[in-house]
Amino acid sequence: MADLAGTTPGAADVVVGIGHLKVVRGKRVVLPDFSLTLPRGQVVGLLGPSGSGKTTLMRAVVGVQTVAGGTVEVLGRPAGSPELRSRVGYMTQAVSVYSDLTVSENLTYFAALLGLGRPEVAQTIDRVELADHAGDLVGRLSGGERSRVSLAVALLGSPELLVLDEPTVGLDPVLRQSLWDLFRSLATGGTTLLVSSHVMDEATRCDRLVLLRQGRLLADTTPAGLLSQTGARNADQAFLVLERQAGGDT
Amino acid sequence: MTARRTFATARRILAQLRHDPRSIGLIMVLPCVLMGLVAWMFEDQPQVIDQFGPMLLVVFPVFVMFLVTSVTTLRERTSGTLERLMTTPIGKGDFLIGYALSFALLAALQAVVLTAWAHWVCGLDIAGSWVGLAGVAVLDAVLGSSLGLASSSVARTEFQAVQMMPVVIVPQLLICGLMMPRSAMPRVLELLSDAAPLTYALEAANDIAAGGSWAEAWPDLALTAGFTVAVLIAGVLTLRRRTA
Ligand SMILES: Nc1ncnc2c1ncn2[C@@H]1O[C@H](COP(=O)(O)OP(=O)(O)OP(=O)(O)O)[C@@H](O)[C@H]1O
Ligand SMILES: [Mg+2]
Repeated sequence: MADLAGTTPGAADVVVGIGHLKVVRGKRVVLPDFSLTLPRGQVVGLLGPSGSGKTTLMRAVVGVQTVAGGTVEVLGRPAGSPELRSRVGYMTQAVSVYSDLTVSENLTYFAALLGLGRPEVAQTIDRVELADHAGDLVGRLSGGERSRVSLAVALLGSPELLVLDEPTVGLDPVLRQSLWDLFRSLATGGTTLLVSSHVMDEATRCDRLVLLRQGRLLADTTPAGLLSQTGARNADQAFLVLERQAGGDT
Repeated sequence: MTARRTFATARRILAQLRHDPRSIGLIMVLPCVLMGLVAWMFEDQPQVIDQFGPMLLVVFPVFVMFLVTSVTTLRERTSGTLERLMTTPIGKGDFLIGYALSFALLAALQAVVLTAWAHWVCGLDIAGSWVGLAGVAVLDAVLGSSLGLASSSVARTEFQAVQMMPVVIVPQLLICGLMMPRSAMPRVLELLSDAAPLTYALEAANDIAAGGSWAEAWPDLALTAGFTVAVLIAGVLTLRRRTA
């Protein structure tokens, strides 16, 4: 296993602390024994093949996943605690906004739940570049626009931790670029981001990469570390190398 | 639970309904069509519609509101919006009461339209108070909504939600006294009907239509309201923030 990339953070700077997490879904043990610590202000990429447990891990972090064992702490409290609900933003993999409401009606509703008003709503719509569509029904937007509405809801209220499940899927390169710029500026401001992705070239934009394979930590490294450890030229290839090595182990 | 979040939720659901005028139309028109059909069937025997009309006034709203509510809340579950809501500060009570409030408003509108239709178009004659009867119809539509909310928490797919209708509503319809007087039923069924909220909804409607005094009707009204609240509380208790 690759070595830990981030410097060991002080307890006060730990945003997410996962210890020996075990999750069973149906009859399948999705995460057998998972541990991970995320410090403040990092953009952490969560990578892994389909079905490796990325969504399950994120659900555990936001506190909607039934867990069979271990601990998940967020900002010093057990994941899912009431005090965390306005400090953690979650974007699900499927677009989870109301398709029969307009963009601004959707944001107004979620803003009201967080105790935020009109200015925050307009500001957040701007951030995901949907101001032109504020009055449109979400059901009539394109796929990429819809997923940006879903992202906007997660951004409401500037949460300290953002858990984003494949936020850039289906977006064109220009838009992807601008969203990653947004993620970067949020991290610079102290937000911690846990972002899952299938697109390996996005991995190079993260501070840290967490690679999952069948619910186990395959590597916890940096983009540069990933390349040097595997001797690969790009992230795609590096992943295949690690994958082959891990396959050889079992 | 806070009033702000509950009302925000109710307002959001009403906004969704506003974007779907066709469904509102169906909810308003369908019970009227059914009532009209019965009135037409017994055109030559107006005493039949006078006897059954008040009961139908209760039964149709329960039916329609049950279906609408269970399908709508289930959609919230399958679309992932419920999962997302559970990560926000919304309380489980905010969510369910928000639904109950918005659908109560819709139910009230439906009950008033149907009562007016029964009175002026279908020629339903009652000895008692029309306002009272409309009130009972509203209460029963809310009962239908809360039953729909609770049973959608058991259903996993929209298909199952629709199947809850024959499971939750139809048996109550059969034994609540609509088909035959409860006292004429086998003892076991009579006891079962004591536990069915629709029984009291129907008795309240009959009492009021027959011109009974409030003193006569209020125990049934209180029981109907009590069931409605109990079912809502059960809904709050069975709603889970964490799922497998
Ligand atoms: N509701 C569920 N009930 C039972 N098993 C589930 C459920 N959801 C997911 N699983 C199983 O859990 C495993 C991990 O799923 P998960 O959604 O976490 O994967 P993922 O890494 O997010 O995949 P993808 O990249 O395709 O989104 C899969 O094998 C899946 O079959
Ligand atoms: Mg996933």
